[in-house]
Formats: sequence, C-alpha cells, structure tokens
Amino acid sequence: MRFSPEHEMFRQSIRKFVERELNPHVDEWEEAGAWPGHAVLKQMGALGFLGLTYPEEYGGQGLDFWYTVIFCEELAKTNCAGAPMGITVHTDMCTPALAQHGSHELKRQFLEPSLRGEYVGCIAVTEPDAGSDVASIRTRARPDGDDWVITGRKLFITNGAQADWACVLARTSDEPGAHGMSLIIVPTTSPGFSVSRTLRKLGNHSSDTAELIFDNVRVPKANTIGEEGMGFILQMRQFQRERLVGAILSYSSMEKVVRETIAYTQQRRAFGAALIEQQAIHFRLAELLTEIEALRALCYDATERFVAGEDITRLASMAKLKGGRLSREVTDSCLQYYGGMGYMEETPIARAYRDARLLSIGGGADEVMLGIIARQEGMLPQKTRPRQG
Amino acid sequence: MNIVVCMKETPSITAVKRFTADMRLERRKEDAEINPFDEYALEEGLRQREKHGGEVIALCMGPVTATENIRKALAIGADRGVLVTDPALEGSDAIGTARALAAALQKLGFDLALFGSAAADSYGGVVPAAVAEVLGQPLLSFASKLEIADGRAKIERAAETGYQVAEAAIPALVSVIQTINVPRYPSMKGIMQSKKKPIDTFSLADLGVDATLVGVAGAREKATGSSPVDTQRKGELFSGNDGAADRIVAFLVEQKVL
Ligand SMILES: Cc1cc2nc3c(=O)[nH]c(=O)nc-3n(C[C@H](O)[C@H](O)[C@H](O)COP(=O)(O)OP(=O)(O)OC[C@H]3O[C@@H](n4cnc5c(N)ncnc54)[C@H](O)[C@@H]3O)c2cc1C
Repeated sequence: MRFSPEHEMFRQSIRKFVERELNPHVDEWEEAGAWPGHAVLKQMGALGFLGLTYPEEYGGQGLDFWYTVIFCEELAKTNCAGAPMGITVHTDMCTPALAQHGSHELKRQFLEPSLRGEYVGCIAVTEPDAGSDVASIRTRARPDGDDWVITGRKLFITNGAQADWACVLARTSDEPGAHGMSLIIVPTTSPGFSVSRTLRKLGNHSSDTAELIFDNVRVPKANTIGEEGMGFILQMRQFQRERLVGAILSYSSMEKVVRETIAYTQQRRAFGAALIEQQAIHFRLAELLTEIEALRALCYDATERFVAGEDITRLASMAKLKGGRLSREVTDSCLQYYGGMGYMEETPIARAYRDARLLSIGGGADEVMLGIIARQEGMLPQKTRPRQG
Repeated sequence: MNIVVCMKETPSITAVKRFTADMRLERRKEDAEINPFDEYALEEGLRQREKHGGEVIALCMGPVTATENIRKALAIGADRGVLVTDPALEGSDAIGTARALAAALQKLGFDLALFGSAAADSYGGVVPAAVAEVLGQPLLSFASKLEIADGRAKIERAAETGYQVAEAAIPALVSVIQTINVPRYPSMKGIMQSKKKPIDTFSLADLGVDATLVGVAGAREKATGSSPVDTQRKGELFSGNDGAADRIVAFLVEQKVL
C-alpha cells in the first residue's frame, strides 16, 4: 500500500484547504495577475504544508516524497494553474538545493522562515539570452573579500515580483560552459536588486512572472549553496524534482478537466442524445483518461525510485515531456467538446486550455527533455556537451 | 474541563444515496466522513480546552470502521477517542442512539458535552435533546456562541429578531450551529500525532445498556418508503424595463426571501 491512513488524512486536509482557501479567490487572483504569496503561504506554513520532505530541524516535516505527490495531486484541483505553480515553486523548485546542501546558517536564515510561510522564494536561472541553454548564462558573481558582487538579468521568474529571496544561478569563475557556476541565495532587499517589470502572459495569470535586475548586488559568500562551482550540477538535480512535480500537477489537473468535460457532455444534448453518446467523444475521453493514468503510473514509478534515493533524471524528464504534450492534447480536445461555451471566459476549460500551454516550455522545453532522454539512453556519441541534465 | 464531543459518521453530502431493502441508508465506508455539522462542535470543544484546559474526547457511535473518522478528529486536535460499537446497535433510531450515547457519557464523565445541530444524513436534530432527557441534564441548544464561567455555561441562540441568551450549570449539554466558529484543518503535526492517540471501544455490555432497547429491536421509528426529490429546475425569466423589477420583488416576497 502506497498511501497510509496518514497520507489519506493529509489528502483530505489539503483538499479542503484548496476548496475553502484557494478556489473562492482564484478569479480575483487571475484578474490581479498574482496570488497573494505571503498570505497564502503563512496559512499553509501554520498547517505544516510547506516543508513536507524537509528536515524537522528547520520546520519541515521529515516525511517521504509520497506526501509531496498527494500535495501536488490535490493542489492541481485548484481552478487555475498559476497559484499552484507559485506555491510549488516555493515548496519544491527553489528550496530543494538549499534544504539538501545549504549550510546550517543559511537554512536557519532562509529555509526556516520560508517553511513557516513568512518568506516567499523564487528560482532565478533563465536569462534573456539563455533559457534552454543553461550553460550559457551570463549573470556574474565577482568575489570581493568575503562577498559576492552580482551583476546580470534574470527573465521569466515565477514569484519574482513578491519574493523575499531568490536562489540565483550565477557564474563565479571564468571557466566556460557548465563549469564555474554557483547557486547563491540573494535577499531581494539587497541594494542593487530590482524588479524591472512584471510580465503579461498567455496563461497562468494568477502567477506573477518578473524580470529581475542585479546591479552590483552584494551578498556574503556564505550565501552560496554547497560548494562554489557546483551550481550547475546542483541546479540540474533541483530540476529533477521540479520536473516531477510539474508532471504530477499536470496529470491531476488533466484528470479534473476530463471529468468536468464528461459531466458537461453528459448533460449537453445534440441530435436527440447527450453529446457523450457520440462514440467519437466517449472514445476520445476514454483514451485520454487512459493516457492520464499511464502518466500517473510513470510518476509513481519515478517517485518510488526517488524515495529509494535513485537518480530519476530519465524518468522525470519523460514524465515532464509527456505531461506537457498530453496537457495540450487534453485541454484542446476537451475545449472542443464544450463548443462555443468552451471558448467563453466563464467556462473553466478556457483557462485550463491557456494554462496548459506552459508545461511544454517552462522547467525545460519538450525538446530539451528529448535531448536528455536521448543522452540518458546513450543514443549519442560521448562528446555531446551536457546542458540541462 | 472534561469535554466530550459527540460526532456521527455520515455519508459525504455529495455521495449518491441508496437504501437497503428495509429502507435504511446504505452506508459505504469510502463515503463516510465526520458529519459536517459536528466539525463545529469539535472546533468549539478545542477552543474551550484552549481557554480552560482539560481534555477533549471524540465520542462516536458507529461501525468499527468509524475509527478512521475518530482518527481524523484526533488529527484535528481531540486528545482521545471513544467508539461505541455493537452489532445490536445497527438500525438504532434517535432514541436508541441517545440511550447508547448517554450511557457512554455517563461512563466517561463530563463537564461539557457538545453536539452538532443535526446529522447530514437524517436531519433529525433530536439526539442532543434525547441524550439530555436520558441523563436528566440540561441542554442548551443551537448555540451560536458559548461561554463557560463560574461553573456555568452560557449560550447565545439566534432568533428571528436578535438572539436569546440561555444558561445552565455544568455539567451541561450544548448543541452548536455553524456560525459559532470556523473549524480548523488538521495540521501535518496533528495528523502525525493522531496515530499515537488512544481510541477506546465500548460495547453495549461495557456500557450496561439493554440490547433490546436499541438497534432495530428498540427502534420506534421505521422508514417505510422514499422518493427522489424532483430536481427539474424551473426557470422563470423576467426581462425588459416593463415592470420586471416589480415582478422580481413580488417573487422574492412570495418566496419569503424579502
Ligand atoms: C510562465 C513562465 C514561468 C517561468 N518561471 C521560471 C522561473 O521561475 N525560473 C526560471 O529560471 N525560469 C523560468 N521560466 C523560464 C523557462 O524555464 C524557459 O522559458 C525555458 O527553459 C525555455 O527557455 P527560453 O524561453 O529561453 O527558450 P529558448 O531557449 O530560446 O528555446 C526556444 C525553443 O527552442 C526549442 N529548443 C531549444 N533548445 C532546443 C534543442 N536543443 N533542440 C531542439 N529544440 C530546441 C524549444 O522548442 C524551445 O521552446 C519560466 C517561463 C515561463 C514562460
């Protein structure tokens, strides 16, 4: 049995939280272009939801990753993808490296208040001239005594406009490519840090996305996560968790979309029968549910290995790839079966359709996933330079 | 203060309801949840404990599988659980239930016994009064506010124009309505602690209750039939500038909304 009674109790608790504390506000947040990170995380922190797998010493729960699976499955039932993305960036995308490799002092300073929900975190990797090609980032941290002085720009940063700190990937030496980078925690109150603009997007409206400017931002070298020069490798590891979490969120929200579509087509009538009675429609929905279950199984397999401490680069990349592609198919098909209603803003599928487009791009594009999988499978000659993974 | 919260396990509101051949609600384990109305009683118990100290016991009469929902109450914050279960209790009506609960309350001893205002499966709402009757103790019903001071329980009960105030010496029984508080969620810590908290089980013999007075044997109430609610929606459209507002007002008055 994967899920114990405690797992199930947690599922009900987070489900209720989504129903009562998130869903009633989603429309307002979508309109505002941001979710209120501090207010929401504060509530979640008090309930112990933010550091499920992180050490108890820093306010985490010290639990297994299956709790995170449940967390994501239930968060995905929020009536938008933006707020769950903001939440999971905080819990599972900007914090894993810090929790695993950060110094005691750094964890006290940043992880602990983040798990209490007092701080909102963000992860700053992508730059205007480097997205898929992470190894070509240009943000530079110059050593100056015991400090780093950071200069550069980061683009498309989720939670960027409201974060209290950023986990920044920056060059800390002149070595080319993937070498010579470090992950550094930068408080957003540091002089020289600014948010140049928040970006308007196709979807995920309730998540704020920003461009960050680092203009000679001074932080102690002690803010480096793990060893200097290990940044690329640590971020690649951190990506594994990000990608698995993204895939879990995706199948659960897809399942919701398909079930809502089933309910709609059961009551919508055309040609003297419920729409769902059209074989083309119920076959398609049955097929999509099958694919969703297959993706869930893949994620469960990856989770089992992740919990066992295995490297899940291959499986997490596959899950993320499939999640991105399938999200597009599912929302496209389902919107189709809503007809004109599906094109209307008041119908949830319209938002789901927009939001679904992101997963094939964010956290590493589909093509980047394919490249990783090909390399993991040993399809390519050894000389190929490692990029995302 | 010794606080006992009586909570029923009911099928979730959204679950499809079916009846057995003898017209009893078919209860499926997977649909069972804590009666939503009782969550307010539990929350009130926890708040009173926070103010006055003592212990909160979650008391449930139900099948053996109801321990799962008692465990949930423990995760939310109750200190221990008590399950009253016995094959002979099956099919109990409100009076039979009240006899069993009263016996359990007597055995546990209490300063404050809390109830929800009704159960989401039957909406009878008479169990608290029946328990009070069996015990010969006061019931303060439908409380929207509860204060314990100087050995007395004082409640406010919403009335059509304002509210009534009622009070009684403790030990007392109190049933609460949904405006009394906002129930909390089980925290991660609560969930993890819940498996270490004790749940005791009482049978009818443990409570010294005569089995012929409860269950199907003792039931004076018997359901004889059921029919689905007519869910056909009838829309009425008022439009145009031509007196639509007046007709809407008239409609609302007719529906006793205004
Ligand atoms: C809403 C949103 C939120 C985001 N949040 C964050 C965040 O919090 N932190 C962060 O650091 N980043 C974030 N990102 C950035 C995201 O990770 C990048 O957009 C993504 O990695 C792609 O990089 P790029 O945009 O620079 O695209 P490019 O690198 O310019 O690639 C463009 C396209 O080229 C194709 N391509 C790229 N490489 C290959 C290849 N090797 N083979 C074949 N085709 C290829 C792909 O189709 C790709 O989509 C976010 C992006 C969005 C849209």
